[in-house]
Amino acid sequence: MRDLDTKAREAKEKKAVLGPDIDLDAYSTDTPPHEAIQDIEQLPEEERKRMLMAGIDSRKGVRSGTYLQKDGASVYSTSFQEGLEIIPIKTALEKLDWVQDYYWKLLSVDTDKYTARARLDLHNGYVIRALPGTKVAFPAQACMYIEKEGFSQNVHNIIIAEEDSELHIITGCATAAHVSSGLHVGISEFYVKKNAKLSFTMIHHWSEDVAVRPRSAGVVEEGGLFLNNYISMKPVKSLQMYPTTYLMGTGAVARFYSLLVGSPAGELDVGGRVYLSAPETRAEVISRAITNGGNIVARGDLIGELPGVRGHLECRGLILKGGSIHAVPELTGKADGVDMSHEAAVGKIAQDEILYLMSRGLTEDEATATIVRGFLSVDIPGLPAPLKEEIDRAVDLSQQDMM
Amino acid sequence: MLLIEDLQVMLGDKEILRHIDLEIKPGETHILFGPNGSGKTSLLMTIMGYPQYRVTAGKISFKGEDITHMTINERARLGIGMSYQRPPSIKGLKTKQMVEICSGNGVDVSALADRLNFSDFLERDINVGFSGGEIKRSELMQLTAQNPDLLLFDEPESGVDLENIVLIGNTIGELLQREHKHIPGKSVKEMKEERTKMGLIITHTGFILDYVTADMGQVLYNGILACKSNPTEIFKQIKEVGYEECVRCAI
Ligand SMILES: Nc1ncnc2c1ncn2[C@@H]1O[C@H](COP(=O)(O)OP(=O)(O)O)[C@@H](O)[C@H]1O
Ligand SMILES: [Mg+2]
Repeated sequence: MRDLDTKAREAKEKKAVLGPDIDLDAYSTDTPPHEAIQDIEQLPEEERKRMLMAGIDSRKGVRSGTYLQKDGASVYSTSFQEGLEIIPIKTALEKLDWVQDYYWKLLSVDTDKYTARARLDLHNGYVIRALPGTKVAFPAQACMYIEKEGFSQNVHNIIIAEEDSELHIITGCATAAHVSSGLHVGISEFYVKKNAKLSFTMIHHWSEDVAVRPRSAGVVEEGGLFLNNYISMKPVKSLQMYPTTYLMGTGAVARFYSLLVGSPAGELDVGGRVYLSAPETRAEVISRAITNGGNIVARGDLIGELPGVRGHLECRGLILKGGSIHAVPELTGKADGVDMSHEAAVGKIAQDEILYLMSRGLTEDEATATIVRGFLSVDIPGLPAPLKEEIDRAVDLSQQDMM
Repeated sequence: MLLIEDLQVMLGDKEILRHIDLEIKPGETHILFGPNGSGKTSLLMTIMGYPQYRVTAGKISFKGEDITHMTINERARLGIGMSYQRPPSIKGLKTKQMVEICSGNGVDVSALADRLNFSDFLERDINVGFSGGEIKRSELMQLTAQNPDLLLFDEPESGVDLENIVLIGNTIGELLQREHKHIPGKSVKEMKEERTKMGLIITHTGFILDYVTADMGQVLYNGILACKSNPTEIFKQIKEVGYEECVRCAI
């Protein structure tokens, strides 16, 4: 413990390898008090609406459990299903010895100043764990909400799908309507055990002046599946993340999908890195990026370490109105017979597709919107209807921005 | 009625259509022949309104309106529709959605797909990985949903296997109100008079003539329309002597 704290202190000024440097002192880490609630239906309607945009549903019977954190305070943490544990991480660290086996095990505290901050000044976060054999009937949900202007929210999450379990999580990050500036530093460690299945869908719904630095890593054991979806379609000032997944057991699979929309002055740098380190492992990293004036870097990195592993990267970018998209697909084969490929395409909407649709009666704007929708329509399992609507809305707004 | 008068069209810096005059009256179907590269597709694309085909002289009118400078979607709304030879594919747009777009609102897509033996494709992205014959059926399904008054077909039968050629031929016949079906109590003359749909069909193989009767045939040669005549006769001539004869007419 001491060691890690010392290491973290030494990394307090350490800039990240990627993304613009953030001045941590510009944000306050003092959390205002937030009272615990008994039921998320108690939340004011406006807050619930905001959260719904990020996939957090307050209705009964649609989620198997909920974790809710406002600024630095955990206000609600409940599981409705046997075999599903949802615990604030600070409570878990105090009371449950086994949590130490998962805490800072996949990520180093001295990776950069953001990991250091999460180590040294942790507000809270969650541990969500499906016990062996547990199959959740509905997704569990977790919401990180920033309500205080200029707040630096430092969280650490641990997600564990035990052997033969099936766990689906929707995690939404959002700011209150009145908040424009903030910082979110989020550590996440994922453990997908033997023959377990974990899907993790993260939806970001920040405000224009928020900086976001998630740091996450996962490990997948034999026969496990890790499905990770990321959606960021709202303006955000600066977002950089490059989650790493280690496929350590035979036949382990990781699939990463991200949908990104960059708004003017926004900087998005998002990637997925997968180590294929066991026989018959497979990985897929797929991203769709659209910019309306922001700068987007879409990265993907597959490292094939054994013969016979398979992986595919796909970065597609669409420049609607200014801005830039930089696709950086990387493949490293460290053995004979790895089967890895990538596909990257960045461009504007093809004119012949627009004209084709216009000849079926659509106006030019309708045709553009239709093509953009198609571009973004990667089937994402478990995405709730309001979110699909939210995606449509973001696309419509993109159209308006264009004109 | 479609009326084209002394039309000249440039594609890039190349003049690809010259002095085109063409009149298709309501109820009429015309067949367009011509060697590769003679400008057949260009003529259809110009009528449809593709902006890269620049009209440098002449006029196109449809239903009494001058459409020479109308946008594509305005022409579509006025009742012009096209079945493409090589349409682009659109990733993420399902064939079903495309058919719905064509219909404007409300069409029984599955019934339509059934008729064209295309049900298995409704959930696939439009034209992505479709074979030549599948593209034709997809295009016909879209046109049926769109139900335009002037139908432009660009080689609707090329690349189609024998099994589907009957289906495609009959569907085009229906779209152009040229089914050979006998309706009790109606004379052939009456049926003819009730026709309103106009058609312009490009054919290379002539197969379509076995299924669709046509009022007129024309040959496009080197950007010039020539040999206005009975389509079956023209086709016979082309089969016998090729397009060489057309050189003379086109001068
Ligand atoms: N995109 C293009 N750029 C330049 N020339 C073209 C293009 N498309 C067609 N052409 C030329 O225009 C002429 C007419 O082509 P097209 O209308 O496709 O003929 P057809 O349909 O009769 O085979 C040909 O000489 C062809 O090479
Ligand atoms: Mg052609």
